[in-house]
Amino acid sequence: MNIYVLLKKTFDTEEKINVSNGEIEDDGAEFIINPYDEYAVEEAINQRDAHGGEVTVVTVGDEDSEKQLRTALAMGADKAVLINTEDDLEEGDAFTTAKILEAYFEDKEADLILGGNVAIDEASGQVGPRLAEYLGIPYVTTITDLKIEGENVTIEKDVEGDVEIVETSLPLLVTCQQGLNEPRYPSLPGIMKAKKKPLEELEIDDLDLDEDDVAAKTKTIDIFLPPEKEAGRVLEGDASEQVQELVSILKNDEKVL
Amino acid sequence: MDFNFSEDIEFLRQNVRKFVREEVEAVAMEIEEKNEIPQKIVEQSKEMGLFSLGIPEEYGGLGLDMVGKCAIYEELGKTHNGYTTLIGAHTGIGSVGIVELGTDAQKEKYLPKMASGEWIGSFALTEPSAGSNAANMKTTAEKKGDKYIINGSKHYITNAVDGHVFTVMAVTDPSKGAKGITSFIVEKDFPGFILGNVEDKMGLRGSHSAELFFEDMEVPAENVLGEEGRGYVNALKILANGRAGLAARNLGSSKRLLEHCLDYASEREQFGQPIIEMQAIQHMLAEISKEIAALEALTYKVAWMTDQGQRVVKDAAIAKLYGSEVYNKVADLAVQIHGGIGYMRDYPIERYYRDARITKIYEGTSEIQKNIIANELKREMK
Repeated sequence: MNIYVLLKKTFDTEEKINVSNGEIEDDGAEFIINPYDEYAVEEAINQRDAHGGEVTVVTVGDEDSEKQLRTALAMGADKAVLINTEDDLEEGDAFTTAKILEAYFEDKEADLILGGNVAIDEASGQVGPRLAEYLGIPYVTTITDLKIEGENVTIEKDVEGDVEIVETSLPLLVTCQQGLNEPRYPSLPGIMKAKKKPLEELEIDDLDLDEDDVAAKTKTIDIFLPPEKEAGRVLEGDASEQVQELVSILKNDEKVL
Repeated sequence: MDFNFSEDIEFLRQNVRKFVREEVEAVAMEIEEKNEIPQKIVEQSKEMGLFSLGIPEEYGGLGLDMVGKCAIYEELGKTHNGYTTLIGAHTGIGSVGIVELGTDAQKEKYLPKMASGEWIGSFALTEPSAGSNAANMKTTAEKKGDKYIINGSKHYITNAVDGHVFTVMAVTDPSKGAKGITSFIVEKDFPGFILGNVEDKMGLRGSHSAELFFEDMEVPAENVLGEEGRGYVNALKILANGRAGLAARNLGSSKRLLEHCLDYASEREQFGQPIIEMQAIQHMLAEISKEIAALEALTYKVAWMTDQGQRVVKDAAIAKLYGSEVYNKVADLAVQIHGGIGYMRDYPIERYYRDARITKIYEGTSEIQKNIIANELKREMK
């Protein structure tokens, strides 16, 4: 089975993030594999181990994305592809990434493509579904279970906390939700082996694309951190006084009543 | 000069850091309460290859050099020291003897299973009458045909409960003193091997130290480690090899304490401001930072010297001694910065304070380290 994983490098949101002039500062920020993409890598490895084949991890990113690809290889993926847009593109959006991936997949015979349900940085959740549309294959998002028998696929899908069971067939694109599996930590020998695994680097030129073909369809106007949480107010007096004050606040200050 | 880790080591270290932060730190309080390391963490650590650090690649290990091992030990030092000790004693004194002195047959038999963590290694030198004066041991090994019969006891043996493979020192020729000691590879299943009482320690909970008794224990002659009569020298060599690693673990614990101190001092307010704004606290933080910087430079210099094949007897002893002093000083200052909460069991600081104390005692007391340093100084004068 030809299995592909779409992987994105994101900021580590557990670390401190600084924003200036409407942009997140790269300096000092820590980068990780988008956590939802880790489920995709883990699932790809498990499916390969069950059904045979090969796992290729693909990212659209910059030179530094190599580190996240190496981590996926250390987890057990077989090959990695870095589509480096650093020199060609100033900005991109979900359309840009999906278009580039469409060109990449044009001559591939993918049986299964897995991605994260959403990236924790921009959170569009669009790249997977857009790519499936371009490739003309079925897709299922937010999956929490994946069973493949021959060409037939049975999926459990998270629907706002409920479970929907979907039957479909290969070739297929899925996006992975928390609960699908528990991603492994790369083993130390795996890390040492990862550097010997193939990592192909492409630019959009290699995919017969130019800048205009993939120009972003959206524009980011501003980026800012959420306001700091203010200290709560403690109401005083007996119960009836507190209720009166609360109602007054809800009516006059917060204007929600 | 180059103070950077290689790309490989940096990558390994980051992954170990992530694992420690996400998985081990999460159960640190549980280890402390139950005096037991959760099996899940042990299994994950085995799968990650943490039990294989210094074992050569041909026997299924990572084959890291000393700088690489120290980089990993530093990361492991940043969490519960009982967990760190399980891995440290296994990958250090518990397996180094076989790696350095073992025959091909011994390596083939023991190292692959030790690399996978299936067999845990332990080092049994100390006896009730042979602590710092290790040559005064009473355990005897008498050769009978193709076997040795070992009688005696050991105590304070780290990893004794979980251990499968023990490097045991015993007297083969009482007339020769230190030159009459031989080292053996002993398996816990050998007839006559008896696990004694498990010690109740001040710290390092989750890591179990115990007594061992040998009653007419039969050890095949092929399990002599190194040459007969070289056991004392072997023991010193194995201990010397582990010293930079201990310094690295203490470095990691000290760094973790500094993180705790910075977090707490930034949050804790007294007299209308975070205490990090107060000079008394700032000076303590500066003091901690100074000690960490010096220990870091020393640790990796000794590790680098080891990898260059240089004689490190003096420098490794200095690193072990200084590392334990830094850790104890940092732990003391960390309790002071935290004040009352630093003394409470539901916060990790007091745990480090207790765990730090043993580092001045085990694998050669501070006094023994000073003897080694002075002897090397005298030797260098000649």
